[in-house]
Amino acid sequence: MAEGVKPRVKVPRKAAAGDVITIKTLISHKMESGQRKDKDGNVIPRSIIHTFTCKFNGELVMSANLHGAISTNPYFQFEAKVPEAGDFTFEWLDDDGSVYTDQKSIAIG
Amino acid sequence: MDFTRRDALIVGTGAAVAAMLPLRAFASATEDAIAAFTGGADVADSGVTLTAPEIAENGNTVPISVSAPGAESIIILASGNPNPEVVGFNFGPLAGSQEASTRIRLAGTQDVYAVAKMSDGSFAMTKASVKVTIGGCGG
Amino acid sequence: MIISNLQRVAAIASVATLGLGATAASAQDMPELVINDEIAITTHAPAPAYLENLDEVISGWVFRSTETQALQMDDFDNPGMIFVDKAIDAWDKVEGTAGKSCAACHTGGPEEFAGLRATLPKWNEEKQALYTMEDYINECRTERMGAEAWKWSGADMTAMNALISLQSRGMTINVATDGPVADLWEQGKEIYYTRVGQLDLSCANCHEDNYGTMIRADRLSQGQVNGFPTYRLKNAKLNSIQGRFKGCMKNVRATPYKEGSEEFHALQLYVASRGNGLTVESPSVRN
Repeated sequence: MAEGVKPRVKVPRKAAAGDVITIKTLISHKMESGQRKDKDGNVIPRSIIHTFTCKFNGELVMSANLHGAISTNPYFQFEAKVPEAGDFTFEWLDDDGSVYTDQKSIAIG
Repeated sequence: MDFTRRDALIVGTGAAVAAMLPLRAFASATEDAIAAFTGGADVADSGVTLTAPEIAENGNTVPISVSAPGAESIIILASGNPNPEVVGFNFGPLAGSQEASTRIRLAGTQDVYAVAKMSDGSFAMTKASVKVTIGGCGG
Repeated sequence: MIISNLQRVAAIASVATLGLGATAASAQDMPELVINDEIAITTHAPAPAYLENLDEVISGWVFRSTETQALQMDDFDNPGMIFVDKAIDAWDKVEGTAGKSCAACHTGGPEEFAGLRATLPKWNEEKQALYTMEDYINECRTERMGAEAWKWSGADMTAMNALISLQSRGMTINVATDGPVADLWEQGKEIYYTRVGQLDLSCANCHEDNYGTMIRADRLSQGQVNGFPTYRLKNAKLNSIQGRFKGCMKNVRATPYKEGSEEFHALQLYVASRGNGLTVESPSVRN
């Protein structure tokens, strides 16, 4: 699944120090649940993104443990405090060992 | 291959028939998951809000939001799915609120649970009933 | 507090319901589709004169639940947009024997095609054929790039179609029905009104005679195609117009025509023209 996985992240470019901002993330991924069978009746093995983490300047904002019941193309919306200018980092961990990352900078002003 | 709601339903039904005690099996799996999260501690019935559609147009993509001010983590469980675990959120020091939204799969009409672990070690829980419709051609 | 579009729509809907009382819904009570708070979409328009049995044409968005509607109101919430992102990458990718990418010729970017989607399908004079977006894309690939044609409803094709269609979002659908396409349009109309399959249903039986009513737990739309490629919750991917026609024909237990066939081209022309007056919504979100 590592091929063609595409993260999208929406973070405001600017905020005032101490502001709470809304972040949205979306990543293209099949999220094969491990519950389905193929046409020959064999179980299709689970292949999902199992962990999502968002940090700001190295400190945790939010992390999520995903199971097979998260929809195809996982979406999250949540809020973060912005104490200073810096970088948000986003990380998605795939069952197959792949790691997908994205980064967004935010300025104070 | 596309993951359709129908697949989800078929899988759900198959598992239910196999267990022969569908409701009890699912309910106890959910209870077990709650107990594993709380360690058997008392659970308050206020302090967590779960927003979900009353009727989901397609069980494949059901938008939900959860909020529990003061929580350090929240788990979502779908009592009617083959595996009740859906997602667990952990909020760090820079979380702007203890709220999150996502989109989930529901194998049929069922109760969805949100259980929050507060920073003082207490627990709170709520549930929402979601009807998953059988579409005509669209669904 | 996070105010999602979902909650906003729910709030609007509840206000609308309060205002309704026992009277029938008026236009003012209907939810409005504005994308990203800036692109206004025409969801109701007077029917073109050639639609004898309809007064109004209505976007499929109107028939969906508030939750599904909300997904189309913000490009970030719209899962179809991740495929548009993929197509932006594909736009610059060199493929084929000519060593070209889309960008090699179309130096103005996909924006060059603003307006195109609103007129499709249309007559291609040089090829003496009715052209859909898929035809234009594959002509470029096979004749100018020396690359392989994409599958009609493949992921690459629907994504590129969505990227190019997006450039026309908010523009009024204006599909020509006369001149060189007049015969094809008549053929498409014929197909639209012909009952087929074991269920013996025509397109019109559901989408003209019964739109707005329930088919099991699902609300029938007018079957408008102004939002295609459309992201469906059912299969979590972008869907082509002719792929959807195929699905519909299977649902009535008929043997579907082939994607890219003359029959489906004719039907696409006719159905697209039934949406004249609505606006391009691509990529839309449906159940």
